[in-house]
Amino acid sequence: MSLRRPPLRAAHDDVGAQFTDFGGWDMPVEFDSIRTEHTAVREAVGKFDVSHMGEIAVSGPDAGQLCDRLTTNDVSRLAPGEGQYAAITDEDGTILDDTVVYNLPAEADAAYLFIPNAGHDEEMYDRWVSHREEWGLDATVENRTETYAMIALQGPDAPQLLAEQTALDLDGLARFEVAAAAVAGVDAFVARTGYTGEAGFEILCPWDDAETVWSALECQPCGLGARDTLRIEMGFLLSGQDFHPEENPRNPYEAGIGFVVALDTDFVGRDTLDGIDAEGPAEKLVGLRLLDRGVPRHGYTVTTPDGEELGEVTSGTMSPTLGEPIALAYLPEEYADPDQRVRVVIRGEPKKARTTTTPFLS
Amino acid sequence: MSFDIPEDCRYLASHEWAREEDGTVRIGISDFAQDELGDVVFVELPDEGEELDREDDFGVIESIKAVSDIYAPLAGTVTATNDVLLDDPELVNDDPYGEGWMIELDPEESLDHLLSPDEYADQIE
Repeated sequence: MSLRRPPLRAAHDDVGAQFTDFGGWDMPVEFDSIRTEHTAVREAVGKFDVSHMGEIAVSGPDAGQLCDRLTTNDVSRLAPGEGQYAAITDEDGTILDDTVVYNLPAEADAAYLFIPNAGHDEEMYDRWVSHREEWGLDATVENRTETYAMIALQGPDAPQLLAEQTALDLDGLARFEVAAAAVAGVDAFVARTGYTGEAGFEILCPWDDAETVWSALECQPCGLGARDTLRIEMGFLLSGQDFHPEENPRNPYEAGIGFVVALDTDFVGRDTLDGIDAEGPAEKLVGLRLLDRGVPRHGYTVTTPDGEELGEVTSGTMSPTLGEPIALAYLPEEYADPDQRVRVVIRGEPKKARTTTTPFLS
Repeated sequence: MSFDIPEDCRYLASHEWAREEDGTVRIGISDFAQDELGDVVFVELPDEGEELDREDDFGVIESIKAVSDIYAPLAGTVTATNDVLLDDPELVNDDPYGEGWMIELDPEESLDHLLSPDEYADQIE
């Protein structure tokens, strides 16, 4: 199967980016160095091409209800111009994907837009259409993944840099709000969202205008490598890696995102999750800091100091900001408290680690 | 992009270099290899006295994005390791043929079987 190419693929190649297959897309993983890119975002500003993220538009009289019944959060609470983080779960409460659902501003040509992860757009489009049929709802569903490019501008200097390219009142745009605005002369949606823990925006613009917006935002280009180290430092989940419906099925309570489960709404998986919430999950996603040298990575075993197996690392890295190895792992619930002694097995060697709360950055 | 390939080294296809200096052979990874790996964050080196056969994996190098074994370009006994790398692994990126060296061997064979700089340049082209 050939890889899907983001609209800026050639532009990234021209500046010497390295590429990787991510969710079926040929994406830049590194422009200069992960450390350089990571530091730019923590201390100044960086831009990411995240056009591999999906976009599904939902319109019509029942659009809100359809989105509400297929996501864990409460879509009915969203006024036009507001968005929310949510999980998409199956009947067992297992997370299929995580997403941001936007109630688009009034001038948009669709009522709602949600953002599945890379490679999940067709699956989620099908899920929305089949449930619309099953429930007899009146809504149109459109996969706009290759209609929009998506550019994330992240870092403490992001507001200042974006203000040079748009007349939109950025101070008036609260976290998870979205507005329609011209950016570098291109009609776009600007959302105050991101995946780095820094101030910043995600900009949706027409696929063919991506280069105009990208080149106008003059700052450090960042690849998926830095995107990963930045999100791990915040303890943010990566779909398919920190949860996967077949390989590592997890519910939102285990994954630490119980705050997006609105049990007072009706959605697929609600009843199962209600039971799990009452009982408490058996395992939880826990942060780990390594005291020994080494880099914890996906799939590494976590044990007690005596070598009894507790779980596996789902994400890990050498934190560029902290200069120490950090990881996320599903461990028995009693390990959710900080400062408990565990071991991460790296190439057969148990390395000392302590549990910690996330985000890793204070 | 062009990579530094010093004339005074010989190369293994897996991107290690070897340089003869006063009867011992110093070993590291090439400029191309450090660039492919990106930010090096951890290096695991053998003990002094360890005996290596040609193409034995003698250590591990980890960057933020990848783990890679390091192979011996020739047979010999480890006489020194660059322990500075334990605290400053980024020297492998900054100076792969200088301060970023990894081990020194008392060689059991010559370097004749290794790639010349020109041959190595052709390989990474």
